[in-house]
Amino acid sequence: MSNVPAELKYTAEHEWVRVEGDLVVVGITDHAQDALGDVVFVELPEVGRALHKGKAFGVVESVKAVSDLYAPIDGDVVEVNAAVVAAPEQLNKQPYGAAWMLKVRPKNAADVAGLLDAAGYSTLLASIAK
Amino acid sequence: MSTATLHRTALFDRHVAAGAKMVDFGGFEMPLKYSGETLEHMAVRNAVGVFDVSHMGEVFIEGKEALQALQRLVTNDAARIKDGQAMYAGLLHQGGGFVDDVIVYRFSPTRFLVCVNASNQGKDFLWMRAVVAGAGLDCVVRNESERWSQLAIQGPKAADVVATLCGERIREIEGYHFQTMPVLDDEDAIVARTGYTGEDGFELYVKNSVATALWDAVLRTGALPCGLACRDTLRLEAGMCLYGNDIDEEHTPLQANLGWIVKLEDRPPFVGHAALVAEKAAGVPRLLRGLEMIDRGIARHGYEIQDAGGAVIGVVTSGTQSPHINKAIAMGYVAREHAALGTEVHVVIRGKPFRARVVKLPFYKRPAIV
Repeated sequence: MSNVPAELKYTAEHEWVRVEGDLVVVGITDHAQDALGDVVFVELPEVGRALHKGKAFGVVESVKAVSDLYAPIDGDVVEVNAAVVAAPEQLNKQPYGAAWMLKVRPKNAADVAGLLDAAGYSTLLASIAK
Repeated sequence: MSTATLHRTALFDRHVAAGAKMVDFGGFEMPLKYSGETLEHMAVRNAVGVFDVSHMGEVFIEGKEALQALQRLVTNDAARIKDGQAMYAGLLHQGGGFVDDVIVYRFSPTRFLVCVNASNQGKDFLWMRAVVAGAGLDCVVRNESERWSQLAIQGPKAADVVATLCGERIREIEGYHFQTMPVLDDEDAIVARTGYTGEDGFELYVKNSVATALWDAVLRTGALPCGLACRDTLRLEAGMCLYGNDIDEEHTPLQANLGWIVKLEDRPPFVGHAALVAEKAAGVPRLLRGLEMIDRGIARHGYEIQDAGGAVIGVVTSGTQSPHINKAIAMGYVAREHAALGTEVHVVIRGKPFRARVVKLPFYKRPAIV
């Protein structure tokens, strides 16, 4: 059973978003890290990069596979978590905590409001479970 | 493909009960991992792990001219091994490319077991039968894959596990040798000191009816269940080829760094013999090499290899982040002119060149036992 914290927002591509003042924090969900297996590599954009909702902004690699990361909203990258780049295996252990990926300044508040809430994401997970 | 069409080994229920992530591999529903790929990988390097490899195929070749049949079929020479010895060999087509890579076990000059890859089982059996029939050799080729299960017990403590189950005498079985002996209720099980991990280990061939009891007994000794994910990273660290990745019908053993399993002289020719002789004379055009990433990135199957000027000089066939060596490693074919050890090349990852170095295989060699 996957962990879905109630206070976060989510995307159908298994990213989470947390509002922090006028910024949002972005990472991948517990379901995502479990599906990936042991994470061995993360490629994240530089500070200042513009993200476009739904477009790939980086890559997370497990032992066996490469997966794209998709921008949940339009915005600009203001901070990148160097710790997770240096120790990608933390994504398996702390996907909602220490292994956050980016801090982003959103272009449109409506984008954040339009994301799935915890109940919506849980429903999505239930529908894709075998 | 619906899961209903996948084969299952005798241990399927055990894997599901253990919480394994199951995947389709070679038409079988197999465990990819149980507790975690890295955990399992390190258990094999440091202690002992157990793999269900029952999806592999077992083809017996028996009869008066079985030895001649093996000499016709595979690159290595069955006349040069003894009864109770095994050899790694290539099963080639006329053009010199691999139909499969196999392990041949010699019971006697008139009885051999050929262990084949799961994904090639049907193809190999038909091929072997056709070659034997075409040469008019007096022997039978029998596909017994449905009767046999196989467990691979691998790691520095593997001999302790197998000794607990089969008696201390198994310690005397040397590398690439085997014995027939009772294992649980199977009177004629095969205990072989072979493996696909680069560690010491044994592969136990048993009839399906004892597979679950054997699996349970192995786990009681403390061996960790290990899946196909770590099997792949272990063999890659050990520089071993995977059919479908590093070798296939388009590549020859001379290209694949496997000249050591090819005996060209002083023996009757095998299928593909002439092609290899010709390739050797003309110069082997590309060579399978190890690659170690210099820049931060992981090289994977199919990625292009370029020289410093951007010209394509090869392709990656297998790659990963090595759990034990803690580097991004890969194998790939490199054009002969660029394949010298130490050459710096570029691997193209998501459209950008990343530096890598051509290195000798294997990446990992297990420590010698004093």
